[in-house]
Amino acid sequence: MDMINNLNLFMDLNVQEWTYIIVGFTFSIYIAIAIWSRVQTTKDFYVAGAGVSPLANGMATAADWMSAASFISMAGIISFAGYDGAVYLMGWTGGYVLLALLLAPYLRKFGKFTVPDFIGDRYYSNAARIVAVICALLVSFTYVAGQMRGVGIVFSRFLEVEINTGVIIGMIIVLFYAVLGGMKGITYTQVAQYCVLIFAFMVPAIFISIQMTGNPIPQLGFGSEAIEGGYLLDKLDGLNEQLGFNKYTDNTKPLIDVFAITFALMVGTAGLPHVIIRFFTVKKVSDARKSAGIALLLIAVLYTTAPAVAVFARTNMIETLSNVEYSKVPSWFKNWETTGLISFDDKNLDGKIQYLADKSSNELIVDRDIMVLANPEIAKLPNWVIALVAAGGLAAALSTAAGLLLVISSSISHDLLKKVIMPSISEKEELIAARLSAFAAVCVAGYFGINPPGFVAATVALAFGLAAASFFPAIILGIFYKKMNKEGAVSGMIAGTLLMLYYMIKYKLGWFDDELPSSDQWWFKISPEGFGTIAMFVNFIVSIIVMKFTAEPPNEIKKIVERIRIPSE
Amino acid sequence: MNNKEKEIKYWKTNIRYVLILLFLWFIVSFGAGIIFKDFLNNFKIGGFKLGFWFAQQGSIFLFVVIIFIYVYLMNKLDKKYGYDK
Repeated sequence: MDMINNLNLFMDLNVQEWTYIIVGFTFSIYIAIAIWSRVQTTKDFYVAGAGVSPLANGMATAADWMSAASFISMAGIISFAGYDGAVYLMGWTGGYVLLALLLAPYLRKFGKFTVPDFIGDRYYSNAARIVAVICALLVSFTYVAGQMRGVGIVFSRFLEVEINTGVIIGMIIVLFYAVLGGMKGITYTQVAQYCVLIFAFMVPAIFISIQMTGNPIPQLGFGSEAIEGGYLLDKLDGLNEQLGFNKYTDNTKPLIDVFAITFALMVGTAGLPHVIIRFFTVKKVSDARKSAGIALLLIAVLYTTAPAVAVFARTNMIETLSNVEYSKVPSWFKNWETTGLISFDDKNLDGKIQYLADKSSNELIVDRDIMVLANPEIAKLPNWVIALVAAGGLAAALSTAAGLLLVISSSISHDLLKKVIMPSISEKEELIAARLSAFAAVCVAGYFGINPPGFVAATVALAFGLAAASFFPAIILGIFYKKMNKEGAVSGMIAGTLLMLYYMIKYKLGWFDDELPSSDQWWFKISPEGFGTIAMFVNFIVSIIVMKFTAEPPNEIKKIVERIRIPSE
Repeated sequence: MNNKEKEIKYWKTNIRYVLILLFLWFIVSFGAGIIFKDFLNNFKIGGFKLGFWFAQQGSIFLFVVIIFIYVYLMNKLDKKYGYDK
């Protein structure tokens, strides 16, 4: 009897209590792993001793890769963008093909600790190394600010603490395992975080797929018939048209821009330092290839579910809210109204919610993040599922933040201090420097999380554009073009980066003009998000032209290139 | 075959694999999902218009397949040249 009563008590817990239990449980796992994986050497700190198995590295890469944006925002963005959402789906997965075929095996064979290590050694120049360090820091800081913010938002919604308190709790957790365990601690917590985040994403998706289509596999439910009959996608196309939106399955952006954004995101993915360094942690070249495949397989689980969630959530939202009297909206609407993520303004004073494409008569404003965060509530799922989503969002944000922090700390302690400023420091001193810079990096990231720069929206696009415009060409040429020299690579990286910054500042931030220039003025109709594609080609062209007019690289360098092309010693 | 020739031959085969697979990578995403999307949307599998399906789901599955084909081909090639030790 007692046991049954206890069990009932357990089932009656509210969302907040469940969140404390689940988040508390996952955080204790992360801390336990941190204590178990303390490190003593720089090799352990930077690349986990290069002894990680392909499966563990695949899981860690997947968690490293899938950020607060993938987990919390992506499905929502797609549900508003329809077909155009494909830029993120293809862009953030297709880069792994480039990584597996063009970068990971060779960088693993090269066998150092960081991306600037490769650039500096391959282009026999500390100038190249420093340019690479600056690019790595720019890319990683823009990216990490968004992660800490994500941690704060999840905490504030689910645990009802201030966003700032949430950011600080997140900082302390990351600090703990990044400073103690370096890459080793980060790798094994990421393995745990992958499990948490994928479970948290899939459970509500499966429930909702069953509710809406009767099919437990969301990837199939997406293309199935709705319970009331008729294909779900046809129904949504119809709903969209009724409300004045484009058909869900049609593009709104010009296809050339869809092409450019997808390309920039793919190439940017392959050039992001926190992704690349994951492939330094495996034992051998064949493991690097294999773990890229495993990583993408694990990422694909979420990335093929997200577009299904987008369709379920949008159909659900329109059906529950469109033309419904405000006094009769479900309770989740009121819960989320207090966070400001959803709002209703009764313009025609008829007491009903009109959700329309036309901005002047539309009365409902929905933040895209709601689509994942409130989805379980909208679908009336049990409280523990809602709490699980909070833990998943935190796992996604923390795992990515940790990977980025390691890039920042190794750029400072290894690439700048050890390789340029004070080459004579001992390994022990370098390790202390690494821990201190990880500590400093967490504090800076936390600062940006609490005081987000006004251009957060621009930052993700900027990070990918910069990675595409700086690292990708320099690394590819370094591996596949033996004659590429330092003059070529350095001028290419500088030209690509500056052009990208210029375009972003002019057309995304509007700092050069009195007001933001309209999209008619974009070069070749390409948005700032897609401009990384152009900047990347400019980098390639400048590199090759400058190389033609300058001295060939020394013979030792050509030998290095020959060596990295062969998998065995 | 001396070492130098062996390395060059290995590298050429690798480049051939990479080019073929990158061609596939381009076709399933930029081709089927973007350039030929409107044409492929004339066909349907289940509730999916084909072009839309490639853009939002099919390309991702095929990316995974492409990487594992490369892993398989390269493991075989490494063994053939004795680079697998």
